[in-house]
Amino acid sequence: MSLQKKRFRYLGESLIEGNIKITAILAIIAVFLIFLFIMRESLPIFFSQEVMQEITFGKLFHGIEWQPVSDNPRFSMWPIILGSLKVTMIALVFAVPAAIGAALYSSEFAGPRLKEFIKPVVELLAGIPSVVLGFFALIIMASFLKSIFGWTYRLNAVNAGIALGFAVIPAIYSLAEDAINAVPRSFREAALGLGATPWQTATKVVLPAALPGVSAAVLFGMGRAVGETMVVLMAAGNAPLFSFNPLESTRTMTATIAAELGEVVFGGGHYHALFFIGLALFLVTFVINTVSWVLFDGLMNRLYGAKK
Amino acid sequence: MNYQTKFKKIGDKVKIGLTGTAVLLILAILAIILLAVIAGGYKSLSWEFLSQPPRDGMTKGGIFPAIFGMVFSLILMLIAVVPVGVATAVYLHEYARPDFILTRLIRGAVNNLAGVPSIVFGLFGLGFFIQFIGNGIDRSLGQSGLFGQPCILWASLTLALMNLPMIIVATEEALRAIPQAERAGALALGATKWQTIRHVVLPQAIPGILTGVVLVVSRGAGEVAPIMFTGAAYYLPYLPKLPTDQFMTLGYHIFVMTTQSPDIDATVPIAMGATLVLLALTFSLNIIAIIIRSRTRSQLRKGR
Repeated sequence: MSLQKKRFRYLGESLIEGNIKITAILAIIAVFLIFLFIMRESLPIFFSQEVMQEITFGKLFHGIEWQPVSDNPRFSMWPIILGSLKVTMIALVFAVPAAIGAALYSSEFAGPRLKEFIKPVVELLAGIPSVVLGFFALIIMASFLKSIFGWTYRLNAVNAGIALGFAVIPAIYSLAEDAINAVPRSFREAALGLGATPWQTATKVVLPAALPGVSAAVLFGMGRAVGETMVVLMAAGNAPLFSFNPLESTRTMTATIAAELGEVVFGGGHYHALFFIGLALFLVTFVINTVSWVLFDGLMNRLYGAKK
Repeated sequence: MNYQTKFKKIGDKVKIGLTGTAVLLILAILAIILLAVIAGGYKSLSWEFLSQPPRDGMTKGGIFPAIFGMVFSLILMLIAVVPVGVATAVYLHEYARPDFILTRLIRGAVNNLAGVPSIVFGLFGLGFFIQFIGNGIDRSLGQSGLFGQPCILWASLTLALMNLPMIIVATEEALRAIPQAERAGALALGATKWQTIRHVVLPQAIPGILTGVVLVVSRGAGEVAPIMFTGAAYYLPYLPKLPTDQFMTLGYHIFVMTTQSPDIDATVPIAMGATLVLLALTFSLNIIAIIIRSRTRSQLRKGR
């Protein structure tokens, strides 16, 4: 091959590599842009004189009423923060035992055939669109639960929380199962060899060894629950009440954005307030996911390091 | 064996059974949702339902425009997300050094992108694509309301961004499964790095990439929050022709028919039917993905 041809070829190669690299960097740019533009639309709350007559940062945390459309608009985020917390907690109370129990069963006690069956089942549950879960909770489950428990309000935090749990179970399951599977076999063999029963091995040896990963799974599920929109928008009743009662209608941060952004005056105080809620959601889920990722990665490195 | 160990054994079995119940619970949730939607929705299904537009203020008729709009937006989404996702995965797995700071940054970004709430993507689509890019284009063209308004293009790009991590993860998993010896063989025969990737690595990764595509289509079909403010419309009397038109889509249609309708009794059966169609679609796509994946896995096992 002539030198010129070689050089040409080298040039082509580096061009291709450069292009691929730039494309890969798009992911970083995207996250940065998301932050930047959500930020940009919420900043007027802090700086714009015009907007600050209507809404300020202080007002977002003052009082307990979210009533953006009225003669005297009030923008306290407390009711919707409480709503998000309430629904998320209910979802986790329901989803965490189910997901971790199932993960433990499939990796420790199930035979290989059963194992091959459980994973796709969870994947299918994960594949149900959240609008379908919301529809199911709104039209079918709510009436059913109301008739059983005699609730006053058909749509409430418990109803939404359970449906949200359906959405979160697969997320927790898959991370927890990965973490439990990563525990080296020698741990199990040692425990069984010392006379521990399979249950003792699973709960006193395997689960503690996988604990950072299992916590990461729970955090990951929590991030999902806080950020999920359609299920809570449809199934929680959508009243921004400041109430600790799980059987009253409630409204989350995500649902507030979804319900109100369509009718908002563009560039007004309400518009910027909704972007501020988005910014808060972005930051909260960012922190939760990062902690979860660091925990999970650390565990994986440690366990796979131990294997070698 | 004394009583104590016997008790212990029985207790163990009960506890293990309890974790097994968790599996049964998940199975039951899946079955109940499926059965309830099938039982509620099958009566609404007919050829007319799938092929006709809504009539009489959306209280009668079919869901064709919603299916059409969904397919339109999904095609645009795929055009945007597949090349970028595959290229990113190729970079991460074939070119990048794993401990390099850039590599770690990209991985961190992909992970965080996967965790951003869907409604925040909707806000971003509105703030960035429509207000910033769209209005920017309009201004430079001396137009108004052409690109700087909700439309299929912006909704699809928002969906693409949201689904990017999924394609990347699926492709990377496929790349990881290809033995290093295949690459070494190609390189040893004098192929350049890109030739190796183009002719040896990528062809073998196609099933994995396909799994990602199928999953992304399934997820894109069902997502509502990101498109609510970036392009989806309650009702349109015509089918969208251009990417700059608004569109009806199945997921949003379900939401509208169950929560925004003045005549709930008339629209819930339609929403039931639409939910059944959407669920059937996402369900079969997920089953296809599971089948492709288990096939490639067993092929891999045979190969070794």
